[in-house]
Amino acid sequence: MKKKVMTVDDSRTMRDMVSFTLRGAGYEVIEAADGQQAMSAIATAKVDLVITDLNMPVMDGLTLIRKLRAIPAHRTLPILMLTTEADESKKAEGRSAGATGWIVKPFNPDKLVSVVQKVCG
Amino acid sequence: MDDLSRFKQTYFDESAELLAVAESGLLRLAPGEVDMDEVNAIFRAVHSIKGGGGAFGFNDLVAFAHEFETVMDGVRNGDIPVTTILVDTLIRANDVLARMLAHAADGTDAPAGTTDDTVAALRRVLVQADAAPGTAVPAAPPAAAPPTHYADDEDDEAGIFGDALAAIQAARDDAAPAGTVPAGTVPEGKLRWTVVFRPKADLLLSGNEPTYMLRALRRLGDAEVVCHLDSLPGLAALDAELLHMSWTVTLLAGPEVGRPQIDDVFEFVADDCDIQISVEAPPPAVLPAGRADAGTASPGVGPAAPAEPALPAVQAAPAAPPVPSAPTQAAPGTAAGNGGKPRTGGPAGDHAGPAAHTIRVDLDKIDRLVNMVGEMVITQAMIAEHLRDLPPGQFQELLEGLEGLAQHTRELRESVMSIRAQPVSSVFSRMPRLVRECAAMTGKEVVLVTSGETTEVDKTVVENLVDPLTHMIRNSIDHGLEGPEERERTGKPRAGTVHLSAAHRSGRIVIEVTDDGRGINRAKVLSKAIEKGLVQPGATLTDEEIDNLIFLPGFTTADQVSNLSGRGVGMDVVRRNISSLGGRIGVYSTPGEGSRFVLSLPLTLAVLDGMVISVGEERFVLPLTNIVESLRPKPADLHGLVNKCDVIMARGEYVRLVHLHRLFGIPKAIDDATRGLVVLVETEDGARLGLVVDEVLGQQQVVIKSLEANFRRLDGVAAATILGDGRVALILDVAGLREMSRHGAGTAPGGPASANSLSGSLPPPQTTPRPTARPVLAERPESHQRQPV
Repeated sequence: MKKKVMTVDDSRTMRDMVSFTLRGAGYEVIEAADGQQAMSAIATAKVDLVITDLNMPVMDGLTLIRKLRAIPAHRTLPILMLTTEADESKKAEGRSAGATGWIVKPFNPDKLVSVVQKVCG
Repeated sequence: MDDLSRFKQTYFDESAELLAVAESGLLRLAPGEVDMDEVNAIFRAVHSIKGGGGAFGFNDLVAFAHEFETVMDGVRNGDIPVTTILVDTLIRANDVLARMLAHAADGTDAPAGTTDDTVAALRRVLVQADAAPGTAVPAAPPAAAPPTHYADDEDDEAGIFGDALAAIQAARDDAAPAGTVPAGTVPEGKLRWTVVFRPKADLLLSGNEPTYMLRALRRLGDAEVVCHLDSLPGLAALDAELLHMSWTVTLLAGPEVGRPQIDDVFEFVADDCDIQISVEAPPPAVLPAGRADAGTASPGVGPAAPAEPALPAVQAAPAAPPVPSAPTQAAPGTAAGNGGKPRTGGPAGDHAGPAAHTIRVDLDKIDRLVNMVGEMVITQAMIAEHLRDLPPGQFQELLEGLEGLAQHTRELRESVMSIRAQPVSSVFSRMPRLVRECAAMTGKEVVLVTSGETTEVDKTVVENLVDPLTHMIRNSIDHGLEGPEERERTGKPRAGTVHLSAAHRSGRIVIEVTDDGRGINRAKVLSKAIEKGLVQPGATLTDEEIDNLIFLPGFTTADQVSNLSGRGVGMDVVRRNISSLGGRIGVYSTPGEGSRFVLSLPLTLAVLDGMVISVGEERFVLPLTNIVESLRPKPADLHGLVNKCDVIMARGEYVRLVHLHRLFGIPKAIDDATRGLVVLVETEDGARLGLVVDEVLGQQQVVIKSLEANFRRLDGVAAATILGDGRVALILDVAGLREMSRHGAGTAPGGPASANSLSGSLPPPQTTPRPTARPVLAERPESHQRQPV
């Protein structure tokens, strides 16, 4: 069965790129434009991985990660954060919020796929 | 990265939207009342443009966006006070960003120095903020090339994950070698890696899954995995969410696999797990030259490279957490105003960018859909027409079904049309910027009021509104509004008001630009018109006619051509643009109180509700919106004006009669209006006309087919269509008919004249201003009853 990945990003360009790349690699992809949408989408869809941008309107990525981790069912859900900053403090912040890992933008498609495989097979 | 190029268009489309978001946000940004949601929205817009630009390698653009973003970040954090100067700088930066995007879209490099001034201005802002945080310092020194560095990570393709690896490596290097792995037989050309992986017990809770890491190791080569269960607790003490296992993986991999590839597998967990990696190579004697590549492939990565193959090199690393994740360690050289501050600290605004429940569709696809629906409307009308002859009482179900089909066709058509509909706000939202610039240039104070932004109209119409509206607003500010002093002298508020409104009215969209300025100076307009030979000296014109002179080609009242309007593109161009869309424009002015420009446009350019009429053997379609009523006149109602034309007394008003068969040279048509019918029509500016026709056949929706695209332009004809029976019918242009009849009816009252000879005999239209029957447009539509037959 295909693994389902949710990409959360307010940038349609970024969502499109993530979706296209991952679909090409055999994943099913659903999209959300902010943390709030992601929360409601995940309530009904079972996802195997969340890839979230950090800086988003309505609900930002770190809040999303914390909220997801607070839900027992998602305690072990892999969550990757997309960050433009290769900044260690950002990664530490994400990690303490509960992020599984990170992807630094810009990334090339191969990199994205390999990171995704690393955390959700 | 070729895969990414297909997203470029999305990126540019989205960036255009983001630029608009940023611009409207910046225009609302004012000192003292800073809306943080707004600021966040602007920041995000710039941030997203930068992020996407990085993906496509638009380095200049990214570098500039970064400068812009840095300042926005400062504003967001309250480090940079909002001043008028700042807002101006940011608006300029937004413009420059738009230019950079345009260059990126064209695939050209922006000319060197495009961004220099703006970057300098942005950096000045930063330096000032540093000099006196939290306070406005407009007079700070203009900063000689401030040493603003920034962590330009985004450009650093090679550096993706690089510093994370460096951190891991640092941890490795700090650690002392521990233990020795016994040397086995390593096949030629291979390296044997031994990885001992002892995850932290709560690893799963960060979403990491050791299985996938082991699997990833397997992908690198032949791996043998040994699982250690020694610390596995008894069942009673077992916590399913904790990990109690550790693994030893022996990996035989080719020279292309180096330490980075293996480190990469544990990238996210290196800090919390005990990972020991060691490598051994085959004996040196058989070391092939290619093997050295493995060493150079991971330069400086570690002493584990096969550069020292003689001994089983051992590199063990109990990964102590010291260096990498300390939050205090900001990237060196981070921008001054940016600092190590978290980017996402602020409260999340609700200024979402583009709505999420939209899809982006190529306009061609929609056009095809519109066209197909159009054809379907025709087919449906055709079936309906054929079945009209059926004997009543029979085929009841068929007729009912057909009725349903008719209704669904109509709904389908409306739905399809609504896909193309856009609120005019997309045009209106560009106007505050324009007003601001015009006000600055003319030194006038202007308040722009808009209403009816949500009024929807076809996309093509929206697009074509930009230029006319821009010109009309410029015109209102430049010519209409007085300067603040003059306004005070006449008892008006210092700031002039320009009101831009949109509304639906009788199947059309009506847009008004109203100003409370000085109104049209009729004496001046008239004298200018006479001076330019547009009007005969001594001609008597009504006020309305004089006002409308400003639409004549070559007309300008400005004594001096100002920087704004009056650059040779006059209101005549506006009128021409509007007419080409099937629209009309008129002006209504009261001296001393202001002017009102009214323009009306069809909601869509594709389908029309029409009345089919017959003249002789020909069929014509009259737009329903033009029709007031149809009547059969009594002989007493008709009056002939000598050498002029026939008129009819209709509802207490004399209306000129136009015999369509004469105008178009149609034989075998009814000439006597008392035997045929008169359809009373009204043009957009309120002038009335009585069309003499043989018969009114009925109302029908018709699909507009451009005559110009398929044939050529004809006077008095707006377009063509295909009727239900497959015949082609021309759609009449009432205003055009009026023009034709004014020039033609008097000269050829008797015999039929061909359309060609008629249009050829037209005198230049600008010699006579249009007489306007109705003084004020606003009273028009409601005051007449419409009685479509």
